[in-house]
Amino acid sequence: MFRLTLMKRIFGVALLLTLLVAPARAALDPSLLAGFAGDFQGRMAAIEALGVAGGDDARRVLDALEAGRLGVVAGRAVIVDGDTVRDAASGEALDQGAGDIELVTLNNRVRRTLANARAALALTSADRAERLSAAITLGDNPNETLLPVFDRALAAETDEEIRGIVARAAARIKLASPDPLTRLRAVRALGESSDPAVKNLLEGLLQKRDGNWVEPHPEVRTAAKLAIDDIEGRIAIAESVGTVFSGLSLGSILLLAALGLAITYGVMGVINMAHGELLMVGAYATFLVQGLFRSYLPAYLDWYVAAAIPVAFLSAALVGVAMERLVLRHLYGRPLESLLATWGLSLVLIQAARVIFGPQNLELANPSWMSGGVELAAGVVLPYNRIVIIGFAVFVLVLIWLMMQKTRLGMFVRAVTQNRPMAGCVGVPTARVDTLAFAIGCGVAGLGGLALSQIANVGPAMGTGYIVDAFMVVVLGGVGQLAGAVWAALGLGIVSKFLEGWAGAVIAKILVLVFIIVFIQKRPQGIFALKGRFADS
Amino acid sequence: MNRRNFVKALTLSASIAAIGLPVGAHAADTIKVGILHSLSGTMAISETALKNVALMTIEEINAKGGVMGKKLEPVVVDPASNWPLFAEKARQLVAQDKVAAVFGCWTSVSRKSVNPVFKELNGLLFYPVQYEGEELEKNVFYTGAAPNQQAIPAVEYLMSEEGGAAKRFVLLGTDYVYPRTTNKILRAFLKSKGVADADIMEDYTPFGHSDYQTIIANIKKFAAAGKKTAVISTINGDSNVPFYKELGNAGLKATDVPVVAFSVGEEELRGVDTKPLVGHLAAWNYFMSLKNPENAAFVKKYRDWAKKNGVPNADTVVTNDPMEATYVGIYMWKQAVEKAKSTDTDKVIAALGGQTVKAPSGFTLTMDKTNHHLHKPVYIGEVRGDGQFDVVWKTKEPIRAQPWSPFIPGNESKQGI
Repeated sequence: MFRLTLMKRIFGVALLLTLLVAPARAALDPSLLAGFAGDFQGRMAAIEALGVAGGDDARRVLDALEAGRLGVVAGRAVIVDGDTVRDAASGEALDQGAGDIELVTLNNRVRRTLANARAALALTSADRAERLSAAITLGDNPNETLLPVFDRALAAETDEEIRGIVARAAARIKLASPDPLTRLRAVRALGESSDPAVKNLLEGLLQKRDGNWVEPHPEVRTAAKLAIDDIEGRIAIAESVGTVFSGLSLGSILLLAALGLAITYGVMGVINMAHGELLMVGAYATFLVQGLFRSYLPAYLDWYVAAAIPVAFLSAALVGVAMERLVLRHLYGRPLESLLATWGLSLVLIQAARVIFGPQNLELANPSWMSGGVELAAGVVLPYNRIVIIGFAVFVLVLIWLMMQKTRLGMFVRAVTQNRPMAGCVGVPTARVDTLAFAIGCGVAGLGGLALSQIANVGPAMGTGYIVDAFMVVVLGGVGQLAGAVWAALGLGIVSKFLEGWAGAVIAKILVLVFIIVFIQKRPQGIFALKGRFADS
Repeated sequence: MNRRNFVKALTLSASIAAIGLPVGAHAADTIKVGILHSLSGTMAISETALKNVALMTIEEINAKGGVMGKKLEPVVVDPASNWPLFAEKARQLVAQDKVAAVFGCWTSVSRKSVNPVFKELNGLLFYPVQYEGEELEKNVFYTGAAPNQQAIPAVEYLMSEEGGAAKRFVLLGTDYVYPRTTNKILRAFLKSKGVADADIMEDYTPFGHSDYQTIIANIKKFAAAGKKTAVISTINGDSNVPFYKELGNAGLKATDVPVVAFSVGEEELRGVDTKPLVGHLAAWNYFMSLKNPENAAFVKKYRDWAKKNGVPNADTVVTNDPMEATYVGIYMWKQAVEKAKSTDTDKVIAALGGQTVKAPSGFTLTMDKTNHHLHKPVYIGEVRGDGQFDVVWKTKEPIRAQPWSPFIPGNESKQGI
C-alpha cells in the first residue's frame, strides 16, 4: 500500500514537473503512442503517458481520441481529419485512405482516465470555461496523483469559483494526511461543499473501527460534525428546490398537454379523444422541420425548435379544422357520439402516422442550448430543456389569455361558452366561432406536442399516454376555465413529484388518481366553476 | 345503397373470401408458417422489425428452393399488442391455417398467454427475445437469451476491474413479470457475491412512464455514498427514450454511473440522440456492429430487403439481437424439418436438439439437446455516438442456457422438460 502511494506520488511529481516545464515540442515520441494499438490496458497506459508528457501535441492526440478520430494503421497511431489522415506523433499528412482505418475504441475505464488526463492538462488553460469544467471533472474524482496539480492550480488561479472547487478537491485528498492541522483545515474547507459524496466522506471520519475512531483527533471530529451539518443544510435546500422544480416541470407539461383540451372540451363541450393525436401531429411537424433544417440550413440547426413553433401550431390546427368541418360539426350536442367518433379519428391518425413514418420512434435531438443543465448543488441539476419548457408553457398561456380576453374572437368564444343560444341571438356566428375555437385548441395541442418532443418519445402512439392526464387536469380544474387548468396542472405536477419521492412512481400514480376521484365526488364542478346562469344548467 | 343490398353485398364478398382462401393457398406444394408479431399498438415499435426479418428469411429460403422442395408460405397476423388477442391469433394460426410452426411474441406476458394454446393444439412456437427464464415448454423453442446468457454476465462485467468495479447497484425496471423476475435473480446473485441489501436499490415504473426526474435524482443521491455505483435497467419499450434523455441532461455520465440495459438495442436507440449516452452499456448476444462475414451479409440482406419492400426510413434500418434470433430460429426449424423429413410437431421437436447454424453473431450456435434453448455467446457493448455499440467484452464461446436460474431456490429439481 505504502509503495503504491509512493509510486503515485512519484508519478504525480513527475506529472507536475513536466507540466511546469512542458516545452512546445515539434513532435511527440512515437513510442508514447504505441499503446493505442494494444488492448484497453495499453490504451490507458498511453493516455497516462501523454498526460505526463503534456504539451499541445499531447492535447491534440487526446482531443482526437475523445472525438473518436484517433485510429491505428499497421501499429501506427493516426488522426483522421476529414478525408486526410495524419500521423499522430508528427502531425504530417499521410498517403492513406480514411476508409480502412481501425478507430481506437474506449471503454468507461479508459474514458475516465482520458477525462482526467485531459482535465489535468486543461486546468492550466487560458480559457476560464475550460478551467472550470476541468476543475469540476477532477473534483468529482480526485486521487492522490492529482494533489500537486491542484496545488499548482491553486497557486496560479485567480477565479474564486474555480479556486473553491480545486481547494475542496485538494481537501478531500488531504483528509488522509498524517498531520492533524492539515486535516482540520481540510475538514473546514469541505464544510463549504454541497456534495453528498463529501458528506459521506466526512461521516466516515466519525465512525469507530476496532474500537478506535477513524479520526483520532477530537477537534477534527468536532469540525467534521459542524461541516456535515452545513452540508446537510445545503443539500436539503437544494433537494426541496429540485423537487419543486420537477413538480413545476411536470405541471408545465401537463398544462401544455391539457390547455388545448381546456378550450375544446371546456369551451365547446366536445370530448375530443383524438386530442393526444394532435399532440402527435405537433411533434411530427417538429420532426419534419428538423429534417428540413438538417438538409437545407445545417448551420441554424440549433434553432429548428423556434422555427417549428408556427409549423406545429398550424399543422395541428389544420387537422383540427378538418376534423371539425368533416365530422364533429354534425355531432354537436351528442357527446357520446362525438366521443366515439373522435376515438375513431384518433385510431385513424395513429395508423396514418404508422404507415407514413413507420412504427419506430423518431429521433429529435435537443438543440445544444437545450442540452445539459444548471447544477444547483451536487446531485440536483435543473435541465435546460425543462426550464425552456416551463417558460414556453407560460408563453403559450399568456398568448391564449390575451386571445381570450383582449380579442373579439375571444369575446365571442366566451359568449358562446356561457350561453350559446343567446350568443347566437345577438348575432355571434356560432358555427364559425366553433370552428375557430376548435382550430385554436388543436393548434395549442400541436404546441404541446412540440414541447413534448424535446423530453419524451415521438412515435405514432405518443398521444395516448397523455390523453388521460389531460382530461384529469381539465376535469380537476373545472370545465370552461383556463385558470382552473393552470392550477390543476401545477398542483398535480407538484403533488405527484412529492408523492413519487416518498412512495415511488407506481404508488404515486395510484394515489393521484384516487385523490382526483375523491375530489370530483366532493366537488364535481372542479376547482373553479363558472358563475352565473348557463344555457345548459 | 339500401340496407338489403348492403347485406347482400356483404354476404357475397364474405363467401368469395371464404372460397378464395383455400384456392389461393395451394395446400399441396407449400408449407405454411405463422408470424405472430404486433404490427400496431405499443409493441409495434419493436415487433414490426421481427416480422420484416422473418419475411426476409422466408423469401431467402424460398429463393434457394424452399424446405424439402416445397415453398414456404408466410401467414402474417397482427395481435395488436393485446395479450389475449395473441392467444386468439395463435389458435387461428395453428387450428385454422394449420401452420407448421409459428415465429412470434416479444413480451413475456404475450408468450405466457399463447403457451396454453400451443400445448393444447401441439403446435410449435419459436420465441426470439431475451427473457427471464423460469419456464420450459415442450412446444416452445427459445432462441433469445436466458438470464445466465445476458443478465448475469453483464453484472459480472460491472463488478470486474475492467467494467469499473461497481459495489452498489440500482435495479431499475418497468413494473411487470420480466423485470421483477430478473431483478429477483440478480438480487440473489449479488448477495451470493457479498453485496449487502443496503447497497441495492430497486425501483419500478409503470409501462409508458415518461417523467424520470425523481428517479434520476434518487440514483444520484444513492451513487453519492462513496462506493462505485452502476444501474441495471430492465426498462422496456417507450419509457427508455425519456429515461435516457433525462440521464443525459442531468449530467449522469457513463464514467460516473454506467447504466447497463437488457432491453435497449439498436432499434430502441433510433429514437434517441445518443451523444450524451456514449459509454452506457447493453448486454446482448448479437450487435449490428460485429465484424464477421455472416453479419455483413445479414445486415446487407436486411437493408436490401427493406429498400425493396418500401419499409419506412429504409436507408437507416438497423438489425438487432431479437432479429438475429428470429433469423437463426427459422433456419433451425428448416434444418430440423429436413432432418425429420416431416413437419409433424413431435418429429420436428425431436430433430431440433443438436441443430447448428452459423449465425451473424460470429459463432456457430447449437440448439441444446434437452432444454430448447440456444447456446449463445454474450457480448457487452458500449453506446457510440451514432447509436451503434462498441463491443467491450465478450465470452470466448457460446454458453449453455440455464432457464431455471440456480439463484432462485427450489429450481434444482426442474432442469428438464
